[in-house]
Amino acid sequence: MAINFRPEELENVRAHAARDYPSECCGILLGHADGESKEVSEVVPLRNLRHDPGRAQELLPVEDPSRESERNRFLIDPQDQLRVEKDSRQRGLDVLGYYHSHPDHPARPSNYDREHAWPWYSYVILSVERAEAKDVTSWVLSNDRSRFEQEDLKMR
Amino acid sequence: MAVKVVIPTPLRQYTGKKDSVEIDARTVGEALAGLTSQFGDLRKHLFNEEGNLRSFVNVYVNDEDIRFLQKSQTPVNENDVISIVPSIAGGFSIRCICT
Repeated sequence: MAINFRPEELENVRAHAARDYPSECCGILLGHADGESKEVSEVVPLRNLRHDPGRAQELLPVEDPSRESERNRFLIDPQDQLRVEKDSRQRGLDVLGYYHSHPDHPARPSNYDREHAWPWYSYVILSVERAEAKDVTSWVLSNDRSRFEQEDLKMR
Repeated sequence: MAVKVVIPTPLRQYTGKKDSVEIDARTVGEALAGLTSQFGDLRKHLFNEEGNLRSFVNVYVNDEDIRFLQKSQTPVNENDVISIVPSIAGGFSIRCICT
């Protein structure tokens, strides 16, 4: 499986990651999937709910709120997600996956990412160094949940 | 009494590609138990090793989060729609032990 972007969509994702530095950004990738690849046709930037610690903690508690904030955690508001999913379904688009940034950290998934993932979705991660988006990678969770496998991320 | 459970795209590979499943149930807990006994491979993505719903898995009955209703005891009626929606969450490891 590979995930394919148009250059301008990937540029939107990179700009979002740079804009939200030093916080983590997040968003949804919409498009079409066939057996071989995912074609992203739209990216939807969303708010990182960790900016609202009270509500985020109510929805998905973190172990140590003093060390886990919007700087190293992201959470998409499930209400935003439901809204985007319904709207995309009506327009004949699928949710293909999600993106988020790792400010001043590598574009590799953490254990925390893995514990909160589902298979099939593409999890695109961007490293951001000093407000500049650097590496972009994409990952898919294995069916047994034990690891992430990197997938090709291409421009079309 | 049949309720409809909408299966999100990533989990359809475990339900024979069905995008929704009708289950006879009186509560959300019964519906999810029925669903995962019918499609066993779904279980590990919805429930943890202790058999509790994973913390990042949200369940809605007609757009209402069961966390704010009666959780798994939330009653369901004919024609209710149950949606399973993951909380999309992540971030780098505090100690930066990347996998």
